[in-house]
Amino acid sequence: MRALLGQSINLYAAFLLIVSFAMISQRRILSLVHLYTTQGVTLVLATVTVAYLTNQPHLFASAAITFVLKVVLIPILLHRVIDRLDVRWDVEPLINIPTTMLIGIVLVVFAFNLALPIAQLSSSIARSTLGIALACVLLSFMMMIVRAKAIPQVIGFLAMENGLFFAATSATNGMPMIVELGIALDVLVGVLILGVFMFQIREQFDSLDIRHLERLREE
Amino acid sequence: MNGISGTGILAQLLEVVLALAAAPLLLGWVDQWRARLQNRAAPPLTQPYRVLRKLFHKESVVADSASPLFRLAPYVMFGCMTLACAIVPTISTDLPLATAADAIALVGLFALARTFLALAAMDIGTAFGTMGARREMLIGFLAEPALLMSLFCTSLITHSTSLANMVETVVHRPYVLEPSLAFAGIAFTIVSLAENARVPVDNPATHLELTMIHEALILEYSGRHLAMMEWAASLKLFAYSCIGLALFFPWGIAEIDSPLVMLVAVPMLVFKLAIGGVSLALIETASAKMRIFRVPEFLATAFLLAVIGLLVHQLLEA
Amino acid sequence: MIHIDWILIIVAGWLTLGIWALFVLKHMQFIARRLFPLGALLGLALAGVALDATFSTPEVAELVIGLPGLPFHLRLDPLSAFFLVVIGAGAFGTSMFSAGYFRTGEGTPPGLLCLEYHVFLAAMAMVALADDGYAFMVMWETMALASFFLVTANHRVAAVRKAAYLYLLVAHVGAIAILLCFGVLQANTGDYTFANLRAQQLGPLWSSIAFGFAVFGFGAKAGLVPLHVWLPEAHPAAPSPVSALMSAVMLKTAIYGLLRVAFDLLHGGQWWWGEVLLGLGLASALLGVVFSTVQTEMKRLLAYSSIENIGLIVTGLGLALIFRAYGMSTLAALALSAALVHVLAHAFFKSLLFLGTGAVLHATGERNLGKLGGLIRSMPWVAWLVLVGVLAGSGLPPMAGFVSEWLLLQSFLFTTVLPNSFLDMLIPLVAAAVALVVALAGYAMVKFFGVVFLGQPREEKLLRAHDATGFERIGLAWFAVGSLALGLFPVPVIDLVDRVTQRLVGSGLAQTVHANGWLLLAPTGVERASYSPVAFLGGVAAGTFLGLLIARRLYRGTLRRAPPWACGYAGGTARMQDTAEGFGQPIRQIFEPFFRLERDLPSPFDARPHYRVLIEDRIWHGVYLPIGRLVDLAARGVGLLQQGRISIYLLYSFVTLIVMLMLVRL
Repeated sequence: MRALLGQSINLYAAFLLIVSFAMISQRRILSLVHLYTTQGVTLVLATVTVAYLTNQPHLFASAAITFVLKVVLIPILLHRVIDRLDVRWDVEPLINIPTTMLIGIVLVVFAFNLALPIAQLSSSIARSTLGIALACVLLSFMMMIVRAKAIPQVIGFLAMENGLFFAATSATNGMPMIVELGIALDVLVGVLILGVFMFQIREQFDSLDIRHLERLREE
Repeated sequence: MNGISGTGILAQLLEVVLALAAAPLLLGWVDQWRARLQNRAAPPLTQPYRVLRKLFHKESVVADSASPLFRLAPYVMFGCMTLACAIVPTISTDLPLATAADAIALVGLFALARTFLALAAMDIGTAFGTMGARREMLIGFLAEPALLMSLFCTSLITHSTSLANMVETVVHRPYVLEPSLAFAGIAFTIVSLAENARVPVDNPATHLELTMIHEALILEYSGRHLAMMEWAASLKLFAYSCIGLALFFPWGIAEIDSPLVMLVAVPMLVFKLAIGGVSLALIETASAKMRIFRVPEFLATAFLLAVIGLLVHQLLEA
Repeated sequence: MIHIDWILIIVAGWLTLGIWALFVLKHMQFIARRLFPLGALLGLALAGVALDATFSTPEVAELVIGLPGLPFHLRLDPLSAFFLVVIGAGAFGTSMFSAGYFRTGEGTPPGLLCLEYHVFLAAMAMVALADDGYAFMVMWETMALASFFLVTANHRVAAVRKAAYLYLLVAHVGAIAILLCFGVLQANTGDYTFANLRAQQLGPLWSSIAFGFAVFGFGAKAGLVPLHVWLPEAHPAAPSPVSALMSAVMLKTAIYGLLRVAFDLLHGGQWWWGEVLLGLGLASALLGVVFSTVQTEMKRLLAYSSIENIGLIVTGLGLALIFRAYGMSTLAALALSAALVHVLAHAFFKSLLFLGTGAVLHATGERNLGKLGGLIRSMPWVAWLVLVGVLAGSGLPPMAGFVSEWLLLQSFLFTTVLPNSFLDMLIPLVAAAVALVVALAGYAMVKFFGVVFLGQPREEKLLRAHDATGFERIGLAWFAVGSLALGLFPVPVIDLVDRVTQRLVGSGLAQTVHANGWLLLAPTGVERASYSPVAFLGGVAAGTFLGLLIARRLYRGTLRRAPPWACGYAGGTARMQDTAEGFGQPIRQIFEPFFRLERDLPSPFDARPHYRVLIEDRIWHGVYLPIGRLVDLAARGVGLLQQGRISIYLLYSFVTLIVMLMLVRL
């Protein structure tokens, strides 16, 4: 039973990777929010499993906070923002989707290679998943770069934080509570500021396309 | 070839006969469930058999400009698909023909069938036939590597490309969760949707020529040639379903020294195929057909997923 | 007499035929009906002798030709013998075809053509035999020059002259690199014999420099990216039998050279060399196949396809180098066997395809895919034989192209044990790329066969096309039967290749393969992977007959001929079927970054709308044209020395004299 649970962490890691790739290839903003929610659920499950297997009660608390924040609060916030801004579709990303996925694969190979020597130093139960966590961070970062509208960029930022959280859980059996609360606060504040920002862009340009921001240069 | 036993030959023949007889039934099952899910009155389960019988009795009309290739192609397709069904371990892994072709040769077999189909469509030289040939080769050039890579995922785990051996190894391993198999499974599902001309890639019930891919290839066929083509298409669906079941859900298949398990294997296969058929109908009903320009992206996703599965295997399991 | 003597006699025989042709310069019939078939028989003899020689011990010989004190050292070892088999087999089929193909009006007198042709063949055979750097370079140059003259056979056409000039340029740049490679290898000992070069122990830096020169030089001849630009120009410009020889045989001599230097003279070297070859091979394969799918001229399509196949062969070589560097000799033998089997298979099916285009060109006068079509009715022999070549070129079982692909993919599968984790992760990506390339090759082949032979004729005159003549049929049939036989009976081929791999990497597949008889190919054991082409073909045939039985016996339906259905659209013309551009359009759209496109699209406001698409190679514009401009600039700078005034020239001599006097004084 314990062995099975230990292997299930690998499964969660693989699922996170699938979800990251799915985010890159999605065009609809609503699906992006749903994918982010599923990422949150997977993170909660993984944290709970690691907590159970390593008998660390503070990870249970961490999982609870993650659940409240990432599965409930932030998706609700995002849905409300989407409703008020009335955005449903994304424009074509800056580079087309198959090329993005190819770059994604290169990033995954890079991340895997980077993680192998580090993983050997760690003593956590889920250390082989460090490479996947790193890959998720890089993929979300790339998503932020290639998207042309503001909301997918915000979701990319949040997904990056998810990847970091998973990396912390897998490599070091969770972060100290203070650090975690601090990061959570940072993310929340960041999302609020980005939300305000998005409304301002919308007011100014009547669209959320960030390429409008480029025209602020002297022409 | 060494080790051909009487039970092996029996198993082989049984598999071929089962495939030939049951493939239209699978098609009928999927059609029935699609109709039910779409709130329509369902055709009877034996409808494909009736279609085949009707077509066999009809006169075959062949274009003036058709070459012998056109008339030969349906039979070659049928032959290829029969061989495919014979190689895949559906009820037993004790198959003498299994040593003749491994997973890579199986992919090559499908490619051979697709090439002949495309050439036959180009033979008549009408606008729709050649367009269908172009689209079929477009799907094929992405689907074939994706299929190969997803089969490779399993091959890396079992250290073999022989299908019978792969099934046996997967069955006998202690139960391990393999994330790479999850990636390979999703990629395989996407590829089989594309190769069998199912929604979301191609609508098998369409009548609009500009949306056709597989139907455009067989536009000029009629009578017994069309019957052969339809039968071959159902055999292809059967083969793909059995490959998926054999690789990802291989429990219940008889092995070399236990031929009596075949008695259990046949009902198990029927049960698994029934569930598979219902899930296919669900996927078809829940998705919309994609624009033709999006299909390469869809298949590229499958290809890249399979490659990621290989990478994940290297990282997590090697 | 030993094998090498027989081979030298055959080479002398070819040269004799060439010189004989000079005396009967304009007698077309005699040259075509007598001399070329004689040359073909000599080629067959060469293949036979070389086949025998692969299984015996290496032999040496010395030819006292050339400069005094510098004789030609020759050596016949299994590697040379294997490539001589390729040369001989290719020569037989192509010479037979040429006997029926060449006719007056080619632009060159037939006698001269015959001379150049046979000198070309003789030089290629001697390149395989050469055992010292001097003989190698002399024969290499002869081969390049002979092929240049063959390419310019139709020299009255300006495009042909341009293509030939480019070919000569790249060939000579490559030759300089090979010369430099030999120079580095001899490490200041002054002795250029291969035995001496083999014995030198160069440090990692110098051996890498030698390897770099070898890759550049042989890659230029083989058509590796980015030195491939001459191939799509030169192969279509040459007459079809010459294109067949160049694609099928001459490119392989470059592979021979690479094998000789990398595996034999440099003893396998370091693992990152294999990576370089892997990268270059994949790039060539991908670029070649993507470009071949969008071509509109049949010989250019086949030329790009040759680039792709060479890329696959070099990928196999790279893999073999990597395995050898890590000491895994069985896996290295597997990868090397895959590459060598592909060398043989490609020689057969590419010759078949090029000769087929030659027959089509002669029958219709068209090489543009937009003006062909429906030739399967008027040229059945050519069409059905070329179909065998198309199936082999797509890498479909049970043909020849599939065996090498199968072996290559097997070698990818068993590589999870490499100590370098980066390489470990690279291997699945490389396997995926190889699978993609093979699938695209199938696309290009279907386009080629479908547009040329199937469908309706796009021009009136195509209905009156004549089929291949007797000699042409023999040549085509030889290659078709060869492609089929190589595919159906891979075990004897593995036997042959095993002799070479034993020599180069110290291991071979023949033992494990032999344990399963000659019908089943199982290089690493039956449980792991096995493939029996005969059973495969038997299975498909049995299924086909079963279908025929059910359809024809069980249900006696009738058959009626009628106009095509075409969804009920009346008045469909031949112009409504897919064109070559149309067939390649999806690939052009997906792989757009590879191409440099120039498009003129019609607008609704045009009085005379027209549509024009020009697809060009980015490398030509990005690399070669700037280099050309640079060379021009440098030449112009040097040209400043030519002032045209006598006083200036006298001043140059004066300055030189003063400088030399100063130097002597010092």
